[in-house]
Amino acid sequence: MTKRFKLIDLDCANCAAKMETAIKKLPGVEDATVSFMMQKLTVTADEGRFEEIMDQIERACKRVEPDCRIVR
Amino acid sequence: MTRKQKTMLFRIIIGAVLLIAAVLVPYTGPWRFALFLPAYFTVGWDVLWRAVRNIAHGQVFDENFLMALATVGAFCTGFFGEGEYPEAVFVMLFYQVGELFQGYAVGKSRRSISSLMDLRPDYANLETGGEVEEVDPEDVAVGDIIVVKPGEKIPLDGTVIEGSSSLNTAALTGESMPRSVDVGESVPSGCVNLSGVLRVRVEKEFGESTVAKILDLVENASSKKARAENFITRFARYYTPAVVIGAVLLAVIPPLFMGGWGAWIQRALTFLVVSCPCALVISVPLSFFGGIGGASRQGILIKGGNYMEALAAVDTVVFDKTGTLTQGVFQVAEIHPVGMTEKELLELAALSESWSDHPISRSLKEAWGGELDRAHVGEAKELSGRGVQVQVDGRTVCAGNRRLMDEAGAECPEDTAAAGTIVHVAVDGTYAGYIVIADQLKPDSKEAISRLKERGIKTVMLTGDSKAAGESAARELGLDEVHAELMPAGKVDRVEELLKKEQRGGRLAFVGDGINDAPVLSRADVGIAMGALGSDAAIEAADVVLMDDKPSKLSAAVRISRKTIAIVKENIWFALGVKALVLALTAFGITGMWLAVFADVGVMVLAVLNATRALGAK
Repeated sequence: MTKRFKLIDLDCANCAAKMETAIKKLPGVEDATVSFMMQKLTVTADEGRFEEIMDQIERACKRVEPDCRIVR
Repeated sequence: MTRKQKTMLFRIIIGAVLLIAAVLVPYTGPWRFALFLPAYFTVGWDVLWRAVRNIAHGQVFDENFLMALATVGAFCTGFFGEGEYPEAVFVMLFYQVGELFQGYAVGKSRRSISSLMDLRPDYANLETGGEVEEVDPEDVAVGDIIVVKPGEKIPLDGTVIEGSSSLNTAALTGESMPRSVDVGESVPSGCVNLSGVLRVRVEKEFGESTVAKILDLVENASSKKARAENFITRFARYYTPAVVIGAVLLAVIPPLFMGGWGAWIQRALTFLVVSCPCALVISVPLSFFGGIGGASRQGILIKGGNYMEALAAVDTVVFDKTGTLTQGVFQVAEIHPVGMTEKELLELAALSESWSDHPISRSLKEAWGGELDRAHVGEAKELSGRGVQVQVDGRTVCAGNRRLMDEAGAECPEDTAAAGTIVHVAVDGTYAGYIVIADQLKPDSKEAISRLKERGIKTVMLTGDSKAAGESAARELGLDEVHAELMPAGKVDRVEELLKKEQRGGRLAFVGDGINDAPVLSRADVGIAMGALGSDAAIEAADVVLMDDKPSKLSAAVRISRKTIAIVKENIWFALGVKALVLALTAFGITGMWLAVFADVGVMVLAVLNATRALGAK
C-alpha cells in the first residue's frame, strides 16, 4: 500500500535525504521518498502493519530532524 | 515570509545590532568575550540547542553540530589570540542569513509552482432535487449533475447536458485560445468556464479526473530522481565526513611538526564551516522542480527529473504519423474528374457512399457539404474489399478501388500515385475520375520538425500507412527518415533498431498519441504522448505528456530540459569549485573564517537564485 503524508517544518534538503535513507532501511518499508520540494513523504509498505511501520518512521525522522512533523 | 521566518529575520537584525555595539565598545580586558555573548546567543541559540539534541540522537555530522563546533571553537581560540569573538558571531549570523534566505527562496519557488498548477477546484455546485449546493468535489459521485457558472473552474470531468460556453484551458495546456463547448461534448476538469452556465453530468470521480491525475503526476515528479540528483545526495553523504576528517588531520598533524596549534585549529574550524553540503543538496532538486514547473505552465508534463535529463540528451525523435504529425482526420485532398466537373464527380461519389459511415464516406459527405438527396439513390451493393455499386437516377455508379474499375470495365489511368486513399468512380462502365482522400498535416508539424533539426536532432517517422502516403508527408515536413507500412509490432522493432544505432550518451524519444502505442512508448528512452487532454491512457503510458496536440510543444520541451540541465550543471560545478577553492585557501592559511562563511552562504544564495531561473525557462 502506498500512502502520502504532508511534512511540516522540513527545513533542510540534506535532512530530507537523510530521512529518506533512514526510512528505506526500516523493515517492512518497500519504498519511500521524502520530497523536500513538495514537503511530502511517500511510503510504500506492508499493508497489515502500516500503522506500526508509520510509528517507526516517525521515530526515525525525529532522530534526524526533531522539528519536522509528519501529518497522519 | 512565514511567521517562523519573520522571527528569524528579527533575531538576525537584533543580533547584528548587538554585534556592532559589542565591536564598538572599547573594552579590551579578559572579559571582552562576554560583550559578544548576547549577540551570539540571540542569533544562534537554536543552532546550539539542536546540536546538543542531535548529538544525543547520534547524528555526528549534523550541520548544526558542525556550525556550533566551529563557532564555539572560534570563541575559545579568542582566549589565546585577540579579537576572534566578532568572527564567531559573524559566522553564526551569516549562517542564519543563508538558512533564512534558502527557506524563503525555496518556499517562494514552491508557491509559484503550485500557483501555476492552481488547478484544484475548491468546490462543486451539486444539483440535488432542483436545488444547488456547494460541496467538496471529492463528495460528488459519477452520474451526479453539477452546475458550472461563468468564472468557475470545472471541478470534475463530465459531459455537458445543457448550455454552451467557451472554456479557458490555459492551466492545462498553456494555450490561451478559448475552446467552445456545447451539449454532448465532454469537458475536462481544471478548465475555467468563461461565458455561459453549464450543466454537466459527472463522468469520473475526483480522484480519477484530469485535475487529480495531473496534480498527482507533478507532485510525484520529484520522486523520480535524475542522475545528477542521486550523484549529489551520494556525494553529500561522503563530503561532510571527509571534510571533518580533513579538519581533524589539519588540526593535529601540521602542528606536531611545525607547532603553532592556535593557527592550525583556526584553519580546522574554518573547514567545518565549509563542510555543510546544503547549497548543493538544495540547488539540484530545486532546479529540476523549477524546470518541471516551468514546463507544466506550457502544458508539458514531465514525470521526473530523470526524464528531463533524458529529454535534454535526445538526439533522435521518432514520430508516429497519424494523430501526431497529422490530424488523424481524413479529408478530400484532390479531385480529378474525367468528362464532368469536379462538383459532379464529388456529388456522385458522395451519393454512392451516402449510406455508409466509414471514415472515407464521411469525409466525402463532409466535402460535399450540402444535403444529399437520397431519393436519387436506388439499390446499393457493398462489394467487400473493392467498394460499392449503387444505382443513381437509373445509372450504375461504381465507387472504389482499381479492381472494382477493372470489373466494371472502366479504363482507369495508371499513374495515380497520390499520397492517400484513392476512390475511383465509374458511371455505366465509363471511367469518371478519382478523388484522393488524405490525412491532413497539422499546421505546426513542419515548424516542429525544422526546429528540432536546428537543434541537431534526427527526426524519424513511423507509419502504418502506404509508402506513398508516408513518403509524401515526410518530404513535405523535411523528415530525415520514414518507415511505412508498419504493424504495431513492427514499430517496436524499428525503435529497437534505432536504439541500437544511438550514439553513446544520446537518447531516443518516441512521440505518439498514446493510443495503441503503449509498447513503443515504454520501449523508447523517453515516451512522449500528445493530445493527452481527456486521454487517461496517454497520461499513464508516457514519461512526458503534452496536454494539447501540437507537435511544436516538443521542441519547447527539449529547450526547457536543456536549459534546466545546464543550470543544474552550472550549480554543481560552481558550488564544488568554490568549496574546493576555499578549502585549499584555508589549508594554506590564506583565508580565514570570514571568507569561508561568506563563500559558503554566497554559493548557496547564488545556486538557489540560479535554480529559480529554471522556473522561467521558456
